[in-house]
Amino acid sequence: METGTSRVKRGMAEMQKGGVIMDVMSAEQAKVAEAAGATAVMALERVPSEIRAAGGVARMADPTIVEEVMKVVSIPVMAKARIGHYVEAKVLESMGVDYIDESEVLTPADEVFHISKHEFTIPFVCGAKDLGEALRRIQEGAAMLRTKGEPGTGNIVEAVRHLRLINGQIRKIQGLSKDELYHEAKLLGVAYDLLLNVHETGKLPVVNFAAGGVATPSDAALMMHLGADGVFVGSGIFTSENPEKFARAIVEATTHYQDYKLIAEVSKNLGAAMKGIEISKLNSSERMQDRGI
Amino acid sequence: MKIGVLALQGAVAEHIRSLEAAGAEAVAVKRVEQLDELQGLVIPGGESTTIGRLMRKYGFMEAIADFSAQGKPLFGTCAGLIVLADEIEGQEDAHLRLMDMTVARNAFGRQQESFETDLSVKGIDEPVRAVFIRAPLIKKVGSTVDVLSTYRDEIVTARQGHLLAVSYHPELTDDHRLHAYFVDMVKEAAASKA
Repeated sequence: METGTSRVKRGMAEMQKGGVIMDVMSAEQAKVAEAAGATAVMALERVPSEIRAAGGVARMADPTIVEEVMKVVSIPVMAKARIGHYVEAKVLESMGVDYIDESEVLTPADEVFHISKHEFTIPFVCGAKDLGEALRRIQEGAAMLRTKGEPGTGNIVEAVRHLRLINGQIRKIQGLSKDELYHEAKLLGVAYDLLLNVHETGKLPVVNFAAGGVATPSDAALMMHLGADGVFVGSGIFTSENPEKFARAIVEATTHYQDYKLIAEVSKNLGAAMKGIEISKLNSSERMQDRGI
Repeated sequence: MKIGVLALQGAVAEHIRSLEAAGAEAVAVKRVEQLDELQGLVIPGGESTTIGRLMRKYGFMEAIADFSAQGKPLFGTCAGLIVLADEIEGQEDAHLRLMDMTVARNAFGRQQESFETDLSVKGIDEPVRAVFIRAPLIKKVGSTVDVLSTYRDEIVTARQGHLLAVSYHPELTDDHRLHAYFVDMVKEAAASKA
């Protein structure tokens, strides 16, 4: 009997496929998310748009919030640790959370090194905006990936950019010859074996979700159309006027992302979506996606 | 012979790959109309609360009950096993209530307790590699249910006529013998009707 194997960690993410993982800030919200059909919840003190508005240093949530969420739902509970913050991650693991997000939404604790994720029994999800980042995170032990997008903006453009880039790079790698692969591994800053695996299979070895800017059911469906395995929704749901209805609509649009009549139906009367932020209006220090490459 | 994999949420592609490796034609099922052309159906792993909610919303509760009443085989893995069960411990509402068993969700604990191990299964020669992820257990079965394997004295594989349920994930390995076992069940069911 073996726990914490790569198959067990990656397999857990496989079971999330086609699903929606929702940010929640309380036990109450977690129950709403579960009833609406979320496949997991991310327990947080503040959603990304509020972190953005509040400024200052964003850290791991108060363990009380995470514990309360774990008590009330039967679906998996995820929580965020700062990039490179080994101890926050160990604290979350000791509490028994099901998945740790080493996340650029929080203020990085280390500007060079990510956590060595192989040392944990608990699996990790990490953000990536290109194939190099994706494979470096897998190399460090991530068992699941998500696009970085630009969290808390309600603007899907960056998540689209990242997913298209990663998928385009995978197609390019498939077409390279073996000798070109050695050079490409050097350019991307990744291990040759990992790149060879992408070359042979034409896909990433772990599940890749969309995240960072999903604000409507159509946004979620667009990311599925572009090849995401599932969707993280952060600020969109519990800052909306009717979170329960909104959450159900996103779940259904993700499952039936090619059924446009159905998406039209679930999108009716959802109330105002997030106001959103135009990406060019962010100055460079406000761009969360540039953290932890 | 065509077998469907219920594709509302969960590990669908892996089951399709395993069924094809076991010699069947396999399709992802998102609408009830698709069931008519199928001889068997897999309910995959995923989150049972999500799958159950979407099944109710899109008419699969009645449609799969009809499918089963025609004697067409069903195979539930992990969340799929929970969906098939008559009773779920600690929950008032079960889902399809097709298989005479009581199951416990997350019976081993949280993700930290997820594991893989070798498991002997009645009807399959050598042990299979069984991957348990936040897995359920079968706590009680009716008299017409065959127990095909146990792990530490708890039931993890069971069959009741045309219904097969496992609490682990054969679709996450390259060993396709459990899928071949199910494909044989589908062939037998189709032959007995012909």
